[in-house]
Amino acid sequence: MTTLPGVRRRRSRLVWRNTVVGWTFILPNFAGFAALTLVPVVVLFYVAFTNWNVFGVADWTGLANFRRMIHDASFRTALQNTVYYTVLHIPLTLAASLGLALLLNRKLRGLGFFRTAAFFPYITSIVALTYVWNLLFSPEYGPINGFLRAIGIAHPPGWTTSADWSMPAVIIVGTWREMGYYMLLYLAGLQTIPAELYEAARVDGANAWQRFRSVTLPGLRPTTFLVAVLLTIGSFKVFDVILLLTNGGPGQSTLVLSQFIYQKGFVENQFGYASAVSIVLFAICFLVTAIQFLVNKRRNA
Amino acid sequence: MDTTLVAPPAGAGELVVPGRRRRRPRNRVWRALGYLAMLVAAAALLLPFYWMVMSSLKTNNEVFTIPIKWVPDSAVWHNYLDIWQKSQMTTWLRNTLILSVAVTALQVLTGSFAAYGFAKVRFPGRDLLFLGYIGTIAVPWQSYMIPQFILMSKMHLSNTLWSIIFLQAFGAFGVFLMKQYYESIPDELLEAARIDGLSEYGIYRRIMLPLSVPAIASLTLLTFVTTWNDYLGPLIYLRSPDLRTIQLGLSTFIAQYNAEYALIMTGSVLSVLPIAVIFLLGQRYFLEGIATTGLKG
Repeated sequence: MTTLPGVRRRRSRLVWRNTVVGWTFILPNFAGFAALTLVPVVVLFYVAFTNWNVFGVADWTGLANFRRMIHDASFRTALQNTVYYTVLHIPLTLAASLGLALLLNRKLRGLGFFRTAAFFPYITSIVALTYVWNLLFSPEYGPINGFLRAIGIAHPPGWTTSADWSMPAVIIVGTWREMGYYMLLYLAGLQTIPAELYEAARVDGANAWQRFRSVTLPGLRPTTFLVAVLLTIGSFKVFDVILLLTNGGPGQSTLVLSQFIYQKGFVENQFGYASAVSIVLFAICFLVTAIQFLVNKRRNA
Repeated sequence: MDTTLVAPPAGAGELVVPGRRRRRPRNRVWRALGYLAMLVAAAALLLPFYWMVMSSLKTNNEVFTIPIKWVPDSAVWHNYLDIWQKSQMTTWLRNTLILSVAVTALQVLTGSFAAYGFAKVRFPGRDLLFLGYIGTIAVPWQSYMIPQFILMSKMHLSNTLWSIIFLQAFGAFGVFLMKQYYESIPDELLEAARIDGLSEYGIYRRIMLPLSVPAIASLTLLTFVTTWNDYLGPLIYLRSPDLRTIQLGLSTFIAQYNAEYALIMTGSVLSVLPIAVIFLLGQRYFLEGIATTGLKG
């Protein structure tokens, strides 16, 4: 009993020492991280309530930026287009990457090469890629419409030059670029499902579809959850593909939230208003991710 | 806690085809389907690249012809000489190289250092702090790029290469990737070293760093490629022409010479080539890095 205070003191000294040591490890990274990520996120919530402009004069304007947003037709278009992109891009990419992963999750010659090929669009610079795709999509002379005409479609779409087809074109490029990456996540996820489960299901007489429904899909749930979260955030913040492929056009047919923020902030120097729109983007991503986490948690329980 | 997927050699996935069972006809159909899907998908994934390379070897008029020429009549190599005269390719490549190397070095150093603190040193508030780190991965950069720009401008960093270095070097991603790896290294090893009188810094340098070479390789390659390919950061921060990176330079070149298809394709090939080489040489580490951060334990 007499040693207890001594032990306690030694333990508290250990905690203190560990805290100092821990922080010295973390600090070099944390200093930069705090200055360039945490502080801006906090400042965002101040700037959004001001009329900050290029002169740096900022008056507190309360909710004025948000009221303006409600009546801003361009903002509404940007929001709608972002949802349009998200709603199509997520299921398409999810299905394509899962489908590819399932078909490729077996002994096939050349799989190593294919894995490389699948990942390649993801690590290639977006500037070069969008330029190539723009030429591929070219309505008169592009190879894509050439192919479509060859298989008997007399009036193929105008793709990036048409208000109706520009968004599908963007979605095609987005899905093409990312499916290889998510396929890799799915392939890794498939490796974690124990083979005995398939064996057991087979013994019970389950056919291929039943095995997929009751073994593969539940086994992939953590992967699917991760892919869904990553895809959601990635879709809502879609920017560089659109900026380079269509620049939001023709008209405003592919204008999305990120580009709207960029336009208002860096082209028109309306930092206050752009920040308010940023908060909306932030809130959407946060809410959707939170809902996904909750649903996932309830399913796991 | 099998967090790293060591990219299995072609065809290690034995989930569907159990070893002993005789191959049934249905299995063969599935295999054939697999090959077909692989072929179609590989074509879809690689055709744009093929077209890019082929177009760079054509004359300008040859790029668009009906029917499409998949192989140029005779390879035109002078595009690869002209591009250096017609553009500031050398400046762009130099800037990009400086940025990529500086960012990668900083990210790997500070990231692995911080990861050790998070993975192996126990202190109050650590897990909460880490949660804050990870939380910001879910916050899109586009939503705080405006205040970040205001701050950088106030610090007189915008329109300097420093802005991109600061922007990219302190991401949470590196910390996350390294921490995942460090956690797979048993604590007993460190405990033994502590008893031998090694300080935490000594343990990090003498034990953790040598053991984590694969993870460091992953992080190095991923960071290098990300910085090389970054377009939005340079677009916002680098206004002077002599600060342009390869991506920014290429996009201004496209805007300037938008009808010089073949020459632009040449520039595109040159912007992709270094990344392609790096990727092919180190693809094992790319795939491991993706699997590690993707499948969190």
